[in-house]
Amino acid sequence: MCVASSAFAGGYRVALQGQKALGMGHTGVAMTDSSEVVFFNPAGMVFLENEMDITGGVTFIDSVAKYQNQDTNTSAETDNPIGTPINFYLSKKYDEKISYGVGIYTPYGNSVEWPTDWAGSHLVNNIELKAIYIQPTISYKFNDKYSIGFGPTYVVGGVEFNRNLSTALVDENGDRSNVNIKATGVDAWGYNIGFMAKPSEKYSIGISYRSQVDMQARGEEADFRNIPASLQSTFPDTTFDADLILPAELTIGIAYNLSTETVLAFDINRTYWGAYKSLDVYFNNGAGLSSNPRNYKDVNIYRIGIQHQLNEKTVLRGGAYFDESPIQDGYFAPETPRNDSKGLTAGASYSLSQTLELDFSFLYLMFSEFNGSYDYYDQSGTTISFAGDYKSRVLAVGFGLNYKY
Amino acid sequence: MMNINQMIKLTGVVTACVIISACSADFDSPVGDKASSSGSADFSNFVAIGDSLTAGYADAALYLSGQENSFPAVLAAQFAKAGGGSFTQPLVSDNLGGMLIGGTPTLDNRLVLDAETESPAPIAGTPTTEAIGSGLNGTAFNNMGVPGAKSFHAGAAGYGNPAGLPAAANPYFVRFAKDQATSSMIGDAAAQAPSFYVMWIGNNDVLSYATSGGVVDAVCKPISAPSACDPNAITDPTEFAGVYASLTGAFTTTNPAVQGMLVNIPDVSTIPYFTTVPYNPVPLDQATADTLNAAYLDYNNAVAAILGATDPDQVARRTITFTAGQNALVIMDETLDDLTGIDPALLSMRQATAEDLILLPASAYIGTEDPNSAGTTPPLDKPWGVGTPLADSDVLIPSEISAIDTARAAFNATIEAAADADPNLIFFDAAAIMTELNANGIDYGTGFIDATYATGGAFSLDGVHPTARGYAVIANEMIDVINAGFGASILKVDPGTKTTIFFK
Repeated sequence: MCVASSAFAGGYRVALQGQKALGMGHTGVAMTDSSEVVFFNPAGMVFLENEMDITGGVTFIDSVAKYQNQDTNTSAETDNPIGTPINFYLSKKYDEKISYGVGIYTPYGNSVEWPTDWAGSHLVNNIELKAIYIQPTISYKFNDKYSIGFGPTYVVGGVEFNRNLSTALVDENGDRSNVNIKATGVDAWGYNIGFMAKPSEKYSIGISYRSQVDMQARGEEADFRNIPASLQSTFPDTTFDADLILPAELTIGIAYNLSTETVLAFDINRTYWGAYKSLDVYFNNGAGLSSNPRNYKDVNIYRIGIQHQLNEKTVLRGGAYFDESPIQDGYFAPETPRNDSKGLTAGASYSLSQTLELDFSFLYLMFSEFNGSYDYYDQSGTTISFAGDYKSRVLAVGFGLNYKY
Repeated sequence: MMNINQMIKLTGVVTACVIISACSADFDSPVGDKASSSGSADFSNFVAIGDSLTAGYADAALYLSGQENSFPAVLAAQFAKAGGGSFTQPLVSDNLGGMLIGGTPTLDNRLVLDAETESPAPIAGTPTTEAIGSGLNGTAFNNMGVPGAKSFHAGAAGYGNPAGLPAAANPYFVRFAKDQATSSMIGDAAAQAPSFYVMWIGNNDVLSYATSGGVVDAVCKPISAPSACDPNAITDPTEFAGVYASLTGAFTTTNPAVQGMLVNIPDVSTIPYFTTVPYNPVPLDQATADTLNAAYLDYNNAVAAILGATDPDQVARRTITFTAGQNALVIMDETLDDLTGIDPALLSMRQATAEDLILLPASAYIGTEDPNSAGTTPPLDKPWGVGTPLADSDVLIPSEISAIDTARAAFNATIEAAADADPNLIFFDAAAIMTELNANGIDYGTGFIDATYATGGAFSLDGVHPTARGYAVIANEMIDVINAGFGASILKVDPGTKTTIFFK
């Protein structure tokens, strides 16, 4: 299974968890039109019309970030692989009041490849972060108006990260010394809980909360490369320990039926990035603790989407969102080289048959050019700054199938 | 409220966006598109003349990547975007940096830092650069930097004549003198009739005195009395002024419209060779201090007995005492009264103060009984700087520093006046850059360097010459001055992409 994905939005949250939802600006906490609700709001499962609803999709992300410095006239551009986050959801009715199912999705990820030894190589050369969430879920309907849903999430993931050991260290041939850390199969547990209300035929309201997950890498592989011979006893290949937080997210939203054909949705996500204080990697050799302050802040994402049943076979979707960056001034590290963004989305579904529907989605994420700096890099006891202009662009195209009976 | 038509329109916009790539990640003003202009300067034929600093020397050697990152090479690459022509350098054959003279390995390879011993040592390998028969003679080079050259060497015909080695010629110039027998550095440089030149000469006119610890008589006259001139003596400032005028004049003669930049001489007390070793690096416990005090008791008493009545100040300076904690080194000071005629044990020694500068090589043998830089070993159980005074060649004492400062101030006045006197010439204050590197360091936007030895990034392992990154910072500062002086807009480079020191 290929889950490499490119982070966009703030930090390394990759909001691409459903093709139908993405078409509508990635709203969905109050929508009940497909098993994508397993992710967006487990409480919605019991409101699905069909006995069985299966959704599967893949999104292709093309992202690029550029860096330049006006003082030194240096520039760099990422060469990120195409990210392909996947999503799979199944929801089945047990009886009138209970539905159950499972979701597999990848809400966090990051894949950024700067040119090796670029100007910011002491901060990052490349990073690849993957995390797959597997969520068995149950949903219970109190009555025709209220429901809840809950699913524990089993998270398994890995990270590979490479940076140069300092702004200067080279071996006697001038090759930059670097460290590559790689953790695989790190797992942890969390949960996803939701509540939904349908006070009238016209609208529904949803609230969902996905818990924070602490990925704890212990005794994973740290490979020190191009280490000068006389430093090899200080920097042998070793193991490392590190914690990575996949922050909690609270979503509140409403879906409003403008007519029998047209639905409007608004969601607000609050992502609790404030928990991400520092990227601390402890090396079990002379390198010791590498502490890299991040000091993220909690942020909101505002989403709006619309869906229109054009004819019997075709549904069109559009949406937009505003994504606040969790990165504060002076903490802009190029492993997540993105600032506030505005997303425009479009999507469509086409019914191939009574039971099978084809979904498309498209996302264009706009970033404004801005000047950022990371001011907390420690160079032999002196704190130095890495500053410059950044600009990013993300395009994503998604395809999915929705099977229901 | 968005209707269906608007939705279709939005979809269309987004699709168009992809097709025409209108929504790229390009910057509004990419640095790659910045225009360079030469302003009133003409960089079409750029020549740099000087010494090791011009050649790109670092880590006590001239090696390939050092040359490729010499400040003139960095400047030339930027000038090339503003009408600059090609820039040739007498490149050595390898990255080891050592040199053979007539097949005999003569100059050491570049230094690399051994982290285990925490000391620099030449990189292993057999050098392939040959001084004689290099194949470079016969053509002129844009980079006329010759490591070791003093001001008057630049005008000396035959400075590249192998027959003159080692005293009257310089193997680096032997390698690439256009005509080994007759060429002078300035002759080869000026014959190219440069449109623009940078001259940074005169460093060695004080530096060789300083790095040798000021052992020889301070000042000599290399032009009028060359035979009385020790190679490490300071150049007489009046003769320096005469030589300097002849050097600038040579360029004006071949091209009356020549433009250029004259660079001054840094203060030795700002470079790590002289600032790294503290005057008081000797840690002692009370027992050791007591033992040492007992050993110096006879000396202290004898000095007090002889000089107590006439020169109590000197008695105080010469009284050697140790305490628990950090202690000042014991050093030779030839300005003290010579008492060895009375008793050979009464050496002209005292303890160092913050006014003395201890030279970097001494760090290798202070506190040990290893051979010093002169190859001398101290008596058993009397380590250097503690039981045995550091030699004159290990220390610059205030009178020597004063001689250096006096000459340097005069040289710099000459250089600045020469730049001021010619509207086509500008002045670059390299001394100010070195002072800044030593005092505060320089933040170049994507990183930071300072003059701390080995770890600061600005200076290579010889403690005198910059690293490639240090040279790039200097080149950037020069670009600022050139831009201001000639109304040019030459682009700076990224020092962060250049190397600093190399580890073994």
